[in-house]
Amino acid sequence: MKLVLDKRSEHSELMTLMSPVLAIVLTVITGAIIFAVQGLNPFSALFVYFVEPLTSLWSIEEVLVKAAPLILIGAGLSVCYMANVWNIGAEGQLTMGALAGSFVPIVFSSWQSPLTLVVMLIMGALGGAAFAAIPAFLKNRFNANEILTSLMLVYIAQLILDWVVRGPWRDPKGFNFPQSISFEGWQLMPTLGEGRVHIGIILAVIAVVILTILMSRTLKGFEILVIGNAPRAGRFAGFSRKKIVWFTLLLSGGLAGLAGIGEVAGPSGQLQTAISPGYGFTAIIVAFLGRLNPIGVLFAGVMLAITYIGGEAAQIDLGVSDKTAQVFQGVLLFFILACDTLILYRIKLLASKIKPQQHVAAE
Amino acid sequence: MGKNISIRGGTAASADYLLEARGITKMYGDLAANNDVTLKIAPGEIHALLGENGAGKSTLVKIIYGSIQPTDGELYWLGEKVHIANPAAARNLGVGMVFQHFSLFEALNVAENIALALPKDIDIEDLSEKISEVSQEYGLPLEPTALVADLSVGERQRIEIVRCLLQEPRLLIMDEPTAVLTPQEADQLFLTLERLASEGCAVLYISHRLDEVKRLCHDATILRMGKVVGHVDPQQETAASLARLMVGADVHAINANREYNPGETLLKLNALCQDADGPFGVSLLDINLDVKAGEVVAIAGVAGNGQSELFDAISGERVSSSTSTIRIDGRDSGLDNITTRRKNGAGFVPEERLGHGAVPGLSLSENIVLTRHSDDDGLSKSGFLDRESAVAINERITRDYDVRKGKPDPEARSLSGGNLQKFVVGRELDRKPKVLVINQPTWGVDAGAAALIRQAMIDLALSGSAVLVISQDLDEIFEIADRIAVISRGQLSDAYASNELSLEKIGLLMAGEHEKKTTVQDEKVSA
Repeated sequence: MKLVLDKRSEHSELMTLMSPVLAIVLTVITGAIIFAVQGLNPFSALFVYFVEPLTSLWSIEEVLVKAAPLILIGAGLSVCYMANVWNIGAEGQLTMGALAGSFVPIVFSSWQSPLTLVVMLIMGALGGAAFAAIPAFLKNRFNANEILTSLMLVYIAQLILDWVVRGPWRDPKGFNFPQSISFEGWQLMPTLGEGRVHIGIILAVIAVVILTILMSRTLKGFEILVIGNAPRAGRFAGFSRKKIVWFTLLLSGGLAGLAGIGEVAGPSGQLQTAISPGYGFTAIIVAFLGRLNPIGVLFAGVMLAITYIGGEAAQIDLGVSDKTAQVFQGVLLFFILACDTLILYRIKLLASKIKPQQHVAAE
Repeated sequence: MGKNISIRGGTAASADYLLEARGITKMYGDLAANNDVTLKIAPGEIHALLGENGAGKSTLVKIIYGSIQPTDGELYWLGEKVHIANPAAARNLGVGMVFQHFSLFEALNVAENIALALPKDIDIEDLSEKISEVSQEYGLPLEPTALVADLSVGERQRIEIVRCLLQEPRLLIMDEPTAVLTPQEADQLFLTLERLASEGCAVLYISHRLDEVKRLCHDATILRMGKVVGHVDPQQETAASLARLMVGADVHAINANREYNPGETLLKLNALCQDADGPFGVSLLDINLDVKAGEVVAIAGVAGNGQSELFDAISGERVSSSTSTIRIDGRDSGLDNITTRRKNGAGFVPEERLGHGAVPGLSLSENIVLTRHSDDDGLSKSGFLDRESAVAINERITRDYDVRKGKPDPEARSLSGGNLQKFVVGRELDRKPKVLVINQPTWGVDAGAAALIRQAMIDLALSGSAVLVISQDLDEIFEIADRIAVISRGQLSDAYASNELSLEKIGLLMAGEHEKKTTVQDEKVSA
């Protein structure tokens, strides 16, 4: 007997939905094994990770704060990946968006009007899009692989941020800490209620709605789908692959930039050397867990935000490394990609057949 | 091994042959790609394997090289029965093969590429010396340290040949070696092959170029539809008689009961030239053709002679360099993109159904949008899709063209080849195009679907449209075409009325009779 993968005639709707569920279950089982090996009770550890973040108002709010950038970036990336354009440099676009958006409150620090925030958000989105334009240009002009270029640009963006907050934009009254002045009034994202939840989560939901319409109802969304699925057919349809590369990279870069300025003008309130716990990378997992579908990304963003909060809680309660959360995220992506095989294939048991012998007669 | 062994002695014992294939049969489902094929190659002979595309040449060669296993039949090497399980086993016996499309690493140099193919740990310095030695000896100039990316296609082929020669083969298989060469490079290659043969190495030379075969080969086996239809001495044959054997005598012109009253020219190709796209592409040379309202014009030819390049040029997937090269319904369209050409009344059906004519993972109604998003019937209004209309059009097309499917709007990839072809043809016919260009309309399609598609093309012409069919299927061409032109190495012959064109003539044209010999094709150097 042996197991073989048998190609389905069409993709399976059921497995498209069940693959992430299956992946989450497998991740939880793997997590339990990891905790058990570390000598922890796997059940209480998993409870701390995945359930406790939803048991108090404070932690639910924290989940939403972290879900906002994940959803914004993940929704943009899902459109990008649909087009077979692999932007994995959202972390860098987020950083450049944060820098560009912070230009207003730092350079014109006394300007206070509702427009201030609007200009900050627009500049943030433009900054992210401009940074994503670099891999787009390199891909279209020189056929340079965007996976490599966008990833390498992440480190460039982070070093620029590091230099700026230690150098020109350092708060003169900040006791030499590497951070900018604190933003105030209309330089900050308005909060919803008393806690730290800010309007970023609303922006994320709006982005999801717009991108859902884009992908399901418009010719542009159709072009993205066709170019991503079958570029030759796209050319036959008269669609330009280069235009789609521009469009998807600028869109995902812009949304990442928006998430970046949302972080700086939101929970952080100033520029620091580290403004994101890897949202740009985690959003890649969000996009895949959400089936490259903006609405799916909404749920996946919340799911991944929980692992962040759970990771923090586990660090405090259980004394495990904060890297454990990243292990979970990586394992999850691994299982999703593996389970996605089942969308186009089914597993079949075959009675083993005698293979033809591999001998050569008479030389 | 002796030189110039007599090869036509019928009484020779089988051990006199280097390789003997007896009764080789290879079934793919119900289709016999090879049917009881017998082939005998003596040491030191250059043996031609002739046939049209789909005749079974590649299948036979792959069996000899061990890439696939025959369903039935036996192979004998120097009179002993052998089982060639894989290409490594074939190489151990002494069989070398130069493929039509080479597999070389562009970023590595010549010696490194050759070292990769050799089994043992080899000192690259020694190897370089050996390469220089062999390449000089056989007139295949090669610089071992040259980067493959900088080499022309001809030079790349030399790497493959030298790679085989280093393993001291006793049988060298060459698959369409001159398809990618300039005439000068081809001449050089022939000298090398003759030299090899004189040293006792046998060469199995696969080609459909009759002049080359006549010039080079001692012996020829001709395949048609999987069967051996002739075993001849090419020196004793004329190109015409070889062509007749290759094409077969069972092709009939059955185009009788149709009036032929062509109207104005709707599609005009005017001195269309185009450089090859990549090292294995074919460049188009000075192509001229008129297709008039009410007629079906067919372009015959062996695959890989520029058909898909010509299709891309006419459809606008590759835009021409000047506007006058292509004229569609009175409008110079050379610089138009495919969408504009469609709006101007043209419809296109490419050869590849999945991935080119249709997106495998999208539903049929979405595949309707693929070519009709800019039509007047409003599938896309100010950027938004009208999915209901697409579904309605899909229902009409699948009904009118008898597309059989499991559910109302399935994914394209779930349809059988014939049904998907009816869909992609129907999608264009449903628009009532004034000009229809269709590449290999019934390739891999069952007989029923093929008949329906051919009838639909004739009906479209009768209704006053111009239809251009690119096909390798001569039966099909004689069945539907009013006029026939032949493409060979990117050059198109004149178009002849189909009832005036003999099989011999068409075979000669397929072998390149009309090519301008004086024009030295400065064929594509490496990218």
